[in-house]
Amino acid sequence: MPDMSAAPAVPSGESARRAAHAPRGFLRKQVFSLDHKVIGKQYLDLALAAVVTGMVLSWLMRFHLGFPDTAIPGLEKLAPNAAAGGIMTPELYLSLMTMHGTLMVFFVLTTAPFAGFGNFVLPLQIGAEDMAFPRFNMMSFWVTFVAFLVLIAAFFVPQGPPLSGWTAYAPLSAIGKDAGPGQGTGQTLWVISIALFCVGQLLGSLNFIATTLDLRTRGMTFSRLPFSTWAWFITAVMALIAFSVLLPACVLLLLDRVAGTSFFIPAGLVASDRLQPHAGGSPLLWQHLFWFFGHPEVYIAILPGFGIISQILPVFARKPLLGPRVFVACLIAIAFLSYTVWGHHMFLSGMNPVSATLFSVPTLIITIPATIVTLLWIGTVYGARLRFTTAALFCLGFISVFVTGGISGFFLAQPSIDTYLHGTYFVVGHFHFVMGVAAMFGIFAGAYFWFPKMYGRMLDERLGKLHFVLTLIGVYCIFMPMHWLGLAGNVRRYSAFTDEYMQGSLPLHRFITIAALFTGAAQLIFFFNLIWSRWRGSPAPANPWQATTLEWSVSSPPPPDNFGRAGAPPVSHGPDEYGVAGPGGDYVMQAAPPQPATA
Amino acid sequence: MAILKLAQPPSPARTGVWIGIAAVTMSFAAYTSALVVRQAAAPDWQHFRLPPILYLNTLVLLASSGTLVRARQSILRDPAGRIASTPQAVTWLAATLGLGILFIAGQVIAWRDLASQGLFLSTNPSSSFFYVFTGLHAIHLLGGVLAAGYLLGRLRRSPGWTNSGALEATSLYWHFMDLLWLYLLILLSLVF
Amino acid sequence: MGKLFAAIVVVVTLVSTAVFLSHAWWMPADISVLGVGIDRQMTETMISSGVLFVISQLVLAAFVWRYSERGDGRPIRIFPGGAAPMVVGATLLVGAEIAVLSLVGSKVWGGIFLSRPDPHALQVDVQAEQFAFYFRYPGRDGRFGTAHPELVDDASENFFGLDPANDTTARDDIVSASLVIPVNRPVLLSLHAKDVGHSFYVPALRIQQDFVPGLVIPIHFTATKITKQEIVCTQLCGLGHYNMRAFMEVMPEKQFEQWLEEQAPQ
Repeated sequence: MPDMSAAPAVPSGESARRAAHAPRGFLRKQVFSLDHKVIGKQYLDLALAAVVTGMVLSWLMRFHLGFPDTAIPGLEKLAPNAAAGGIMTPELYLSLMTMHGTLMVFFVLTTAPFAGFGNFVLPLQIGAEDMAFPRFNMMSFWVTFVAFLVLIAAFFVPQGPPLSGWTAYAPLSAIGKDAGPGQGTGQTLWVISIALFCVGQLLGSLNFIATTLDLRTRGMTFSRLPFSTWAWFITAVMALIAFSVLLPACVLLLLDRVAGTSFFIPAGLVASDRLQPHAGGSPLLWQHLFWFFGHPEVYIAILPGFGIISQILPVFARKPLLGPRVFVACLIAIAFLSYTVWGHHMFLSGMNPVSATLFSVPTLIITIPATIVTLLWIGTVYGARLRFTTAALFCLGFISVFVTGGISGFFLAQPSIDTYLHGTYFVVGHFHFVMGVAAMFGIFAGAYFWFPKMYGRMLDERLGKLHFVLTLIGVYCIFMPMHWLGLAGNVRRYSAFTDEYMQGSLPLHRFITIAALFTGAAQLIFFFNLIWSRWRGSPAPANPWQATTLEWSVSSPPPPDNFGRAGAPPVSHGPDEYGVAGPGGDYVMQAAPPQPATA
Repeated sequence: MAILKLAQPPSPARTGVWIGIAAVTMSFAAYTSALVVRQAAAPDWQHFRLPPILYLNTLVLLASSGTLVRARQSILRDPAGRIASTPQAVTWLAATLGLGILFIAGQVIAWRDLASQGLFLSTNPSSSFFYVFTGLHAIHLLGGVLAAGYLLGRLRRSPGWTNSGALEATSLYWHFMDLLWLYLLILLSLVF
Repeated sequence: MGKLFAAIVVVVTLVSTAVFLSHAWWMPADISVLGVGIDRQMTETMISSGVLFVISQLVLAAFVWRYSERGDGRPIRIFPGGAAPMVVGATLLVGAEIAVLSLVGSKVWGGIFLSRPDPHALQVDVQAEQFAFYFRYPGRDGRFGTAHPELVDDASENFFGLDPANDTTARDDIVSASLVIPVNRPVLLSLHAKDVGHSFYVPALRIQQDFVPGLVIPIHFTATKITKQEIVCTQLCGLGHYNMRAFMEVMPEKQFEQWLEEQAPQ
């Protein structure tokens, strides 16, 4: 507790200004708040709405794939034209798939682990009072929220949402309604939504970078920075560059759609029996621009998870992370390399085949830092004294599923193998393991870990453990079989499997569907726990986990200005001093005074 | 408890504007690569003469950077790094603002010049990129104009000592808009 | 809980590996000259990845089982050698594997996509559209007629927009809804798309190639077995994507010549 007795009689600076202008009223405090803690929670709530929607869409899709002839109760009422008799049309399937991917990749995996947890925790972990630009921060959330509304609006336009996938390849996404149902207004809304999302993320990244560079408390050098903050910082740099490229791509696509330009549309296309009035554009240009963003994007989705796991694992292993400098170096290497590999999504796209070999080399090389960080985690478990809280379990589960997902990537990274596996369920299995499972496990770990700090209450641990066990089993049952489907040549993005050679896969699809519905049901335990505990969870102490970083040195939830009038204490300890004798037990907090020098 | 005398604290506003500059640079790099690819993709690229007013607009924008430098020189500074307004600073800043608006008006004239030749957004890939590049630059410059306007308002209203962050940030951004325009002018004159 | 976690990981690992090894769902028998190289690459990757997968999951499970808090005051232990063995091990092992796979794999890849097609290859023009594939043979004159997008008319089955009235080379072009080819003879396909992106995939041939509107993309192969295979589309192209398919019939040379004769326009 800092010594307040010598504090100046008239406090000066930001802290005083804040105290004098403390927000009053529900709208200013809870809705249009400038407080990073509120904004972080708003992002998490938005992600929650998006993940529930995305998950329900996946249930509908999986049900249709597993049991194509069975009517889905209620679907006909929701979509009378697209689901007569409760059986969805192919175009409805594809639009649900498009919205599922878009919601999950953008509004869940780019918001929750990064904008959500990062906003709440990062300023606390570095000892700052708030983000560097609170107004931009608030704007970033509301722009993202509007982007979400614009996307959801696509469900309600006459022809429904687009069916071109979250990747929206041109010319399918560019020529307009002649390309198919949903490709008119629905696709235009999609493009506008994503463009807005880019703006929101750029504002957010601006904040993360400036805050980490400029607002660290005294003694919080980069070598003492918590791993989650490192990951958020690096992710923000990546997002700044990546979204700065996606926004131009969306602008050009929008112009092709509404202004008659031909950036992506070549001459002589005939769709719906109409010769399309465009000429000279390049569909591959869209792919290059999109994937130059798209590949870093998937690392933006997972890197915060790396940071969160590396932050939480030591807490419950009661020992420091193995190789902290190596870990950070690997994060930076992965971030850098992620910009050199985008062509591995385009091996068979018609680009020069020599490029395939060029892109494949860094794609394979990225395996090395990824392997190193995995070994560092496993090496941290060695010799540990593990406490199996739910957060800890999700960390350990993350390691397992990341290994699985990473290894399947190893196949796809090689063009000679991708020539067979491209466009099959092998790819679907791969990216779901790394994004839909590993990144989600990172979000779960963060949720179980930081919930007490955010809401001042504990999540129920028994429900948490049940959620974990069912989910771990469930995700393996859903996504491991997809690799076998892929090996059998089962093509992805199909609304039904009518080809003769795919008939042998149908029983596996039924198994996957049942596993998906079961695992989806298990998530209800988590949602219930979240909501029930917000009001009825047992009150949380300041440091329930005996953790060392700065957020645990203040109350749960923290006071509005985080560290009080005097600001955060100076820091002289590292972020994971566990397994050492300290005043509270086997750990020393970052905020603790420096160790006295021995005589 | 001794209160530590802190060195000049880092200015988040300055860090922020550099980050913003990085983002804008990256997006114009993306548009540039789109131009290069599109030009090579099909033989339909039409060359045309750049509207001559562009060169006058360039001088206007460069002059506005000059007036901005004068504005910063006319500001009072104290050892702690804070600034105070002076009548000269206000005048030079107003001139900067005026020249910025004049530049945008000049760009509008350039677009009308092209339109009168029958070159619109969708006429040809070269005209498409012309409008996209100049239009986006104008939009970003407008952001700078709004920031400068806000700054002008603040300097006129509160003549006491204030943080220099906003002035530094606006100034950096403005000069970057200049450099970006020079790059675009060279690019456009090379490809059109 | 730690033991339960470890048990789940072990079971999942062993069951998955068993299914992979059983080949219960696996690639169909390969029918292409270049398929051997791809299959070898696949097997090599499967073995090395499989070993890595099993070892890392089992080690993780073992560590979690062993290193739980037992309340015995035992101090924590740092991994012997610290992070160094991880860095060295990963770099050397993974690095070596990458080097080998890349070198061999680039030869396989080059064989499919960078090699020159046989000058005597059978040339077939392939058009993909929403939602069908059409194949065109040059006919007796050995030349393809010009395709005019504005003349395309599905109703009269003029899928390629040919103009036989004014274009002599187009008169003997053979248009088919199936890809019929002779066995053991090199085939050169030229892929173009009518409307949006599509892709050509025959799992037994092991190869895929996207159709990109605005481009004509070549792909060549030699089929080594008499068979009938499905050609499926693997690039999302609209609502009929799942149903977009054609058949590839590989037949003896003589039978193929006969087929050409029968198809020739009178």
